[in-house]
Parts: sequence; structure tokens; C-alpha cells
Amino acid sequence: MSNAITMVEAVNLALQSEMRRDESVVVLGEDVGVNGGVFRATVGLREEFGIKRVLDTPLAETMIAGLSVGMAAQGLKPVAEIQFMGFIFPTMEHLIGHAARLRHRTRGRLSCPMVVRVPFGGGIHAPEHHSESTEALFAHIPGLRVVIPSSPARAYGLLLAAMRNPDPVIFMEPKRIYRLNAQPVEDTGEALPLDTCYTLREGSDITLVSWGAMIKETLEAADQLAEQGVSCEVIDVVTLNPIDHDTILASVAKTGRCVIVHEAPRSGAVGAEIAATIAEKGLLSLQAPVARVTGYDTVMPYYRMEHHYMPNTADIMEAVQTTLEFA
Amino acid sequence: METVYQAQIHYRSYLSDEGHALNELPSWAQSPDTLVRYYRNMVLARQLDNKIIALQRTGQMGTYASLLGSEAIDAVIGDLMLADDVLVPYYRNHALQMLRGLALSDMLSYWGGDERGNSSVKMAQDFPNAVPIATQALHATGVATAFKIRGEKRVAVTICGDGATSKGDFLEALNVAGAWQLPVVFVVNNNQWAISVPRSIQCGAQTLAQKAIGAGIRGEQVDGNDVIAMHEAFEEALKHAREGKGATLIEAMSYRLSDHTTADDATRYRANEELKAAWEKEPVKRLQTFLHQQGWWNEVQEQAWQNEVNQIIQAGVDEYLAMPQQPVEDLIDYLYAELPKALQEQRQRLIRNAQPGGNRHE
Repeated sequence: MSNAITMVEAVNLALQSEMRRDESVVVLGEDVGVNGGVFRATVGLREEFGIKRVLDTPLAETMIAGLSVGMAAQGLKPVAEIQFMGFIFPTMEHLIGHAARLRHRTRGRLSCPMVVRVPFGGGIHAPEHHSESTEALFAHIPGLRVVIPSSPARAYGLLLAAMRNPDPVIFMEPKRIYRLNAQPVEDTGEALPLDTCYTLREGSDITLVSWGAMIKETLEAADQLAEQGVSCEVIDVVTLNPIDHDTILASVAKTGRCVIVHEAPRSGAVGAEIAATIAEKGLLSLQAPVARVTGYDTVMPYYRMEHHYMPNTADIMEAVQTTLEFA
Repeated sequence: METVYQAQIHYRSYLSDEGHALNELPSWAQSPDTLVRYYRNMVLARQLDNKIIALQRTGQMGTYASLLGSEAIDAVIGDLMLADDVLVPYYRNHALQMLRGLALSDMLSYWGGDERGNSSVKMAQDFPNAVPIATQALHATGVATAFKIRGEKRVAVTICGDGATSKGDFLEALNVAGAWQLPVVFVVNNNQWAISVPRSIQCGAQTLAQKAIGAGIRGEQVDGNDVIAMHEAFEEALKHAREGKGATLIEAMSYRLSDHTTADDATRYRANEELKAAWEKEPVKRLQTFLHQQGWWNEVQEQAWQNEVNQIIQAGVDEYLAMPQQPVEDLIDYLYAELPKALQEQRQRLIRNAQPGGNRHE
């Protein structure tokens, strides 16, 4: 297929497409210009849009975030790249203390329509501090949208939506699947909806809830379980704050069983929020306890032992079996 | 070895501590108009500060950061900035914000615990107060970047205290302002104290202005209690930025004549002799003495202005105290441009609790 592209190419396409459409979009970050980004997500943009719209910044993440707040308040649409999730922590004062609340604290006088793109997650044999999944830190913050795509087409449509959103969006890109599973993506300029879950596969026996790169293993588990006669509904949460609980609750009302899958450590994670909401609002439809397949509450290991940390297809299938067998 | 770089930091002052001219004055300061305007605004600022502290002591105001000692800095900046420049202030710039058009009652409502104090259309594109230290310096560079990208002749102006110059945000802001030659002016109100930490242990550099050197921008020290020196330095910096020549760091030497906030007690850490000495150099008295010497201001004018100021302040206070509470749903309605469906239920709970029979009905 001639127009099949990878997720990182879809990110690039969305940036190019929106920069052509909206001249207030400005891409900035470390190595995003001449080099086109360390993952090549911004390749070609500087050549097409010039140095005023593709800014190679000094190496300072706090600055990138704070600068973006100022630019956004001025009506630009900064799309900042933080090179890896492990380097995002210096930005948090600006994201939490300012970006997330500028509209609120000025009662709408100013706003902060910025996007922070950040590759995250394990699986590419990267050095330490390059493989964490800390989405819960951001999903906890009122005013910050957290959006995670799981396919090239969704990366394209969701990034367009993020750039058109009038509020700050943390757009987390699961780099393990940056170059897996190319698919055709037409440059239609059509954004996908935010704040809604995506049901990737309908089923009747159990609901599997996940996001990001773990969607790959979740769908693989659903395929293998289908061969065993188990019908899995697979929900991609996509927007981790605010969460579309209605879609998940409706699915659990139908299936009566739920397994939540994420790469992030277990405690205080977004999976816990989903499980708690199911307990609050869907308890009587449950035929078994909600199960979680997650990373461990420990430091992300270096890559040699990473596979011991990462949830895999067998873990998901095992959790599904246990849930189905619950009396 | 050869010297590859040399730099100097200059100190600018025109008025002695007692209010006598030290040098030949710039031409604008040889006539009364601007200086009398500065003086009147500084008197207003000081009276206002007294009034707000009185309101706080009587339970009609929240914890408040006094502006005492920064009157000259605010008066000059507020006067020289253009309307479509953007101010990115910290939490001690109330006088400056009012000179930029913020209504007194709105300023009071911010300190009185009401977000609507940040919402006035009169603030135009100015930022609300930055409470987290030094973060505003970076927001100002972002604002300046937007000006530069759009080719606008506007300037971003940001103020911080001496303590803020220790923070990475401040240094990262100077750095990017230098790297990109941004139209921004950084003013440090060096009032010698960061709550209880004195300037002497805040930083090992002899001046804070020299931090500009490492960023490749202009830097100078100025007597922040001297409106003439402050005017000269700030006007030059604004012009430089507006002409596309880049950023300036101004270290304005002042003294925090107050506690850090109304929740602080500076007698715990600050010698009374030092405070007494600082009062000998304070900006309002100094300018008053100078104006009297020149014959540009007299006791009759002083009394008339004091009376007028009291009326202005009382009117603002009355307006503030009469402000109705904001609707409870405002607590959630302004978080996003459009309220996400997921928050509807929490919004209903807020409203229900505030209604008659609710857990928080008043």
C-alpha cells in the first residue's frame, strides 16, 4: 500500500497538515528543527515553515514549557516536544502551576492552548530515564488533557484534535509502536474526538481496557482468546484526563467482567481510577473482581531486564482466564 | 593568556539618599510634570498599602504581600510601558498593575481570595500575578517570542525579587532571551530579603545584574529608590527591546520596608537598625524632598492629594466589600473552554451543596 505510514510519520503528517492550515502553530523543542527531532517526528518542517515556526530551543525543559505558556497566552499554538518522558519533570511547575490553570484563574481572560508532545514507555532498549510511563502524574491534574494514541491513524487525528483544542494537551506518544504496523492514513485534515474512549473491538464476555502501546498486546490477547471462544471487547481509553467512564461502564454492564492493562506502575495509576469508578457505578453488573495487568511499583529496569517489567500478552490472557473462572 | 571577555556592571543614580541631585539631571527631570506624576502615584501606592494591611488585620482581606519600598520601581515601569506591551508581574506589583489600568477593587478582590480579580478586561493581555517564584520570567520570554515571530514592536516586561534570581527559571529565561534576542525587560526588585534570607547569602555574585553577562544580554544596577535613575534605565531598556536589539536585566536596588507578607514577622530575623537605616533612603520621602527643593510641590498640594487619595482608596474598598460572591459553578466552569462531560456530575454536586439544604449552603 503506497500511503501506509507509521505512527511517527503520522505525527509528522499531522504537524505539517495543521501548520499549513493554521499559521499560529509553532513547533519548538530540542533538536526539532535542523535535525527533525531525535525520532524524526518533525522532519521537513523547518524546511517548509522556516525558523520562525520551527524553533530549535536551548537545552532547557523548564524553559520550553514556560516559553510555551507565554506564547500560548499570546494566541500562538505552541507544539513543544520534550525529547523523552524521563526529561519532562522540569516542565511540571509550568504545566501544573500555570498552563492547566491560566484559563481558570483569569476566568477565561487568558488561556493556554499549548500541546506538549512526548515519547514515552519502554521497549526500545533505550538508556535509563527514557522508558518510563508517568501518565498518571499528568492525568491527576485538573485542566490538563492527557491524550495517548495507539495507531498511526489515531495519532494523526488525535494530534490534529490536540492542536485545535483551546486548552493544554499532553500528547504522549508510545514510542515502542512508533514504527510498528504502518497503515494507510489520508491527509484529510479531519480531527478525531477527544474526551472519548474508542471501542476497538466489540465483544460480549469481558471488557479489556488499555491505552498506548499496550493496545498491541491487548488486541493480540483478544485474538488468541477469540480462538478459544472468548469474546473480548477492547476499549482504548485514549484521553486519560478527563476520562470517558460512560463508555467503559456501558461495556462492563454488558460483559460483567473487566481487565485493565497498562505499562505504568500499578499504584495510583489511571487503571486504579477506572477500577474505582467501576466499583462505584458498575458494581452490580460485575460478575468478577476487576483485574489489573500492570507494570510493577518499582523503578523501570534497564533494558536487559525490561521484559520482566513489561506486561505481555500471556499476562493479559492469564488475567482474563482468572476473571472468567471467578465463581 | 589572553583575555577573551571582559565586562562591567554600572550603577545608575541621580538622587542622593536625602533627595539631592547628584548629577546633572536628564532634561525630562528638569521640569515637574513627570516627577510630580510619579510622586502622586507613589503616595497613592503607599496609602493603599497601609489600607490593605488594615483590612487584613480586621479580617476583611487575605494574606497580603506589601509593596512598601517598591513604589518608585512600580511607578516608573507603569508609566513608561505602552498599553499594548505586556506585563508579566510577580506578587508585589499591585501599584504597577493599577497604573496599567487594573481597577483598585479588582486588585483588592484578588488579594481578598476571588479569582475575578484576575479577570478584568482592563488587564488586557497582562499576566496575573506569578506566585511560584521566577516562573513569570519564562512566560515573559514566551510572550516576547510571540512578538518577535509576529514582527510586532511590543515589549514584555517582567519583575521578580532578588530571591528569584537563584532559580533556574530566571537563568533559563535570561539565556533564551539572549540566544534569541527577545524584546523583553527583566527587572529585579532587589529588596535585599527573600522572606528571611538576606541578599548576602542568596548569591555569591557581587551584583545580580551581572547574571546578564552570562546570558549575553545587557545588565545594569540602578538605585531603585530613585525614580530618575529608574526612569533612565528602564526607558533605555524598553527602547532597546522595541528596536529589536534584545533584552536587558535591570537590578533595581531597593529595600523591603515591610514584612514578607502579612503572615510574616520580620523581627524574627532582621535587625531593627537595618530597617531604620533603610527608611532613611526610602523612595517616597526622597522624591518629596527633591520636589520641595525644586519648588514643584508644597504642603498644600500634599494635603489636597492625601485627601484625594483617601477618597480614591475608600471608593475602591467600598466597591470590593460590596462585591457579591461568584456563583459556585465558577469553581469548575472555567477549567476548560468547554466543560467535559466527565465533570458534569461533579459540577452538579458543587451546586447541590451550595443550595438550601446542601452541606455548604450559606
